Amino acid sequence: MALTTAPDPTRRTGSVPTPAGRRGVGRARHGDGLAGYVFLSPWLLGLMAVTAIPMLLSLYLSFTNYDILTPFSEVEWVGFANYERMFTADPSYWHSVRVTLTFALIAVPLKLAAALGVALLLNRAWRGVGLFRGLFYLPSLLGGSVALAIVWVNMFNREGAFNSLLSVFGIEGKPWVNDPDWALETLMVLAIWQFGAPMVIFLAGLKQVPTELYEAASVDGAGKWRQFVAVTLPMLSPVIFFNLVLETINGFQGFTAAFVLSNGTGGPVDSTLMYTLNLYITGFTNLEMGYASAMAWVFLLAIALITVIFFSTGRFWVHYSDGEDR
Amino acid sequence: MTATATPTATPATPAPRGPRRARGGGGQAVRLLILIAIVAVVLYPLFWMIGTSLKSQEEIVNNIGLLPNEFTPGNYADGWTNFDFSFGRFFLNSAMVSLLTVVGNGVSCLLAAYAFARLRFRLRGVWFAVMIGTLLLPGHVLIVPQYILFRSLGLVGGEWPYLPLLIPQFLATEAFFVFLMVQFMRGIPRELDEAAKIDGANAFGIFRHVILPLSRPALVTTAIFSFIWTWNDFFRQLVFLSDLEDYTVPVALTLFIDSTSQSAVGPMFAMSVLSLLPVFLFFVAFQRMLVEGINTSGLKG
Repeated sequence: MALTTAPDPTRRTGSVPTPAGRRGVGRARHGDGLAGYVFLSPWLLGLMAVTAIPMLLSLYLSFTNYDILTPFSEVEWVGFANYERMFTADPSYWHSVRVTLTFALIAVPLKLAAALGVALLLNRAWRGVGLFRGLFYLPSLLGGSVALAIVWVNMFNREGAFNSLLSVFGIEGKPWVNDPDWALETLMVLAIWQFGAPMVIFLAGLKQVPTELYEAASVDGAGKWRQFVAVTLPMLSPVIFFNLVLETINGFQGFTAAFVLSNGTGGPVDSTLMYTLNLYITGFTNLEMGYASAMAWVFLLAIALITVIFFSTGRFWVHYSDGEDR
Repeated sequence: MTATATPTATPATPAPRGPRRARGGGGQAVRLLILIAIVAVVLYPLFWMIGTSLKSQEEIVNNIGLLPNEFTPGNYADGWTNFDFSFGRFFLNSAMVSLLTVVGNGVSCLLAAYAFARLRFRLRGVWFAVMIGTLLLPGHVLIVPQYILFRSLGLVGGEWPYLPLLIPQFLATEAFFVFLMVQFMRGIPRELDEAAKIDGANAFGIFRHVILPLSRPALVTTAIFSFIWTWNDFFRQLVFLSDLEDYTVPVALTLFIDSTSQSAVGPMFAMSVLSLLPVFLFFVAFQRMLVEGINTSGLKG
């Protein structure tokens, strides 16, 4: 994939991630050659058997009508029919693309904003920071589980905690998770609730901002807001970039909560039909594995494309201090 | 990524806490209040989950408070035996898959990382780039063909249906851990290798007597994250496990959703609470390490 040289955002003087120093012309000595491949063999086997071959198989299947029930020998080559269907004749496919993009476009920025906001609040040396940091991080550990998804669905159901809260203010709630206009939003809230992981990364980044910069800015008469815009944001941009790429890619892959909310259907009225859920339904409920393979490949290419776009636009706003660019 | 990828290698250096500390008093108190308010909001769902797991069916509908008026621990017993197999079985299945994943990741990723970090061999650079390339490869993309392959080998729903879940883990396919360990090993002084070499150790000896003992912190980090991620994983387990007796906890929990009857809500919450308990205990025991270790775990959210 495209992300071959992810620069470490929290460390400005990091080394380029190539295999440990090719010290000089040491090429002559291939003494470890055999040992190297012995140690690498499980990984190599995994690369072939679990990654490469399945990928090629999937590419092949995407041009067939394979449905797992018919034997391989009777699989029919259908050319680009699956891709044509996807792009021209399958409204629910485009719907799932829209659901996924909506989810990522709204949830990711809000999650990162929450993460940055809380990180700024915590970014002072005082006792108790560790405790808060841990408590904020806890949802990131638990949030991806089926259990938490169950809790979430019930919390936003008719008798759930959220409506109880609203009723305190005299607002009458509704079963949010059964409302096609609101079901996806409840999943967004669940994603934002897990802001702790990017927050910790922001905190690490904030620690690296030299205090002198703030002092200099302050001497120059910059207020808090000006300092934030002129010092914090640019200095933090590599970390923001890192979090943005990872959270976006994660966001596209949301599955568990959507599955639990809709009991595996993507409902109500397809409102939570995330791409991966649609892929699962196509492949494992409808057994259209050829079509699902085509969807998987488009997904892969889309994610690669988005990563490339991130990296090519990143140069315009990501600031690497010691000119050690990328 | 040297600093963050190997949190245990470079213990968090104290922040440059300069003059900003001086400002205290009022601002600090407001800040603390805001933080406490946020903590309350963030933790509310967890307390609500525990509270609901102890409410009677009637109270789940009527009592909007956090705590039950009347404790109903019976939900736990009811949930435990709600299906044809008890949750004890599902917990054992989950524990087995998670622990074996820990072993598989630990061993296979360590071997691969040693090759990448220390040994010189042809095409190392190429393989390393490929490994980095697989870091962001979404698992969902591979699930269909993997399912087909494992099924054609008779491993899906076979004698021991966990093989499709575990085989990849014993083949270092979690590039994230390989990468984490490579970064860690680069922090181990090469002089130690050289010294061992002078003492006559070959690549295997160096691995055994230098790298393995010194890589313990990276192994611990890998173990903790492998356990938690596998324990929480749902997608792969949903795809590969088809018989109730083989179900892991997350897959079993979804059975509660199928039984739409309201009466199952209490037991469902009770089992949800129990299912999170191991992760929570890990959190309590390794909190510091987890939080410092996740500078990279952002990779998985």
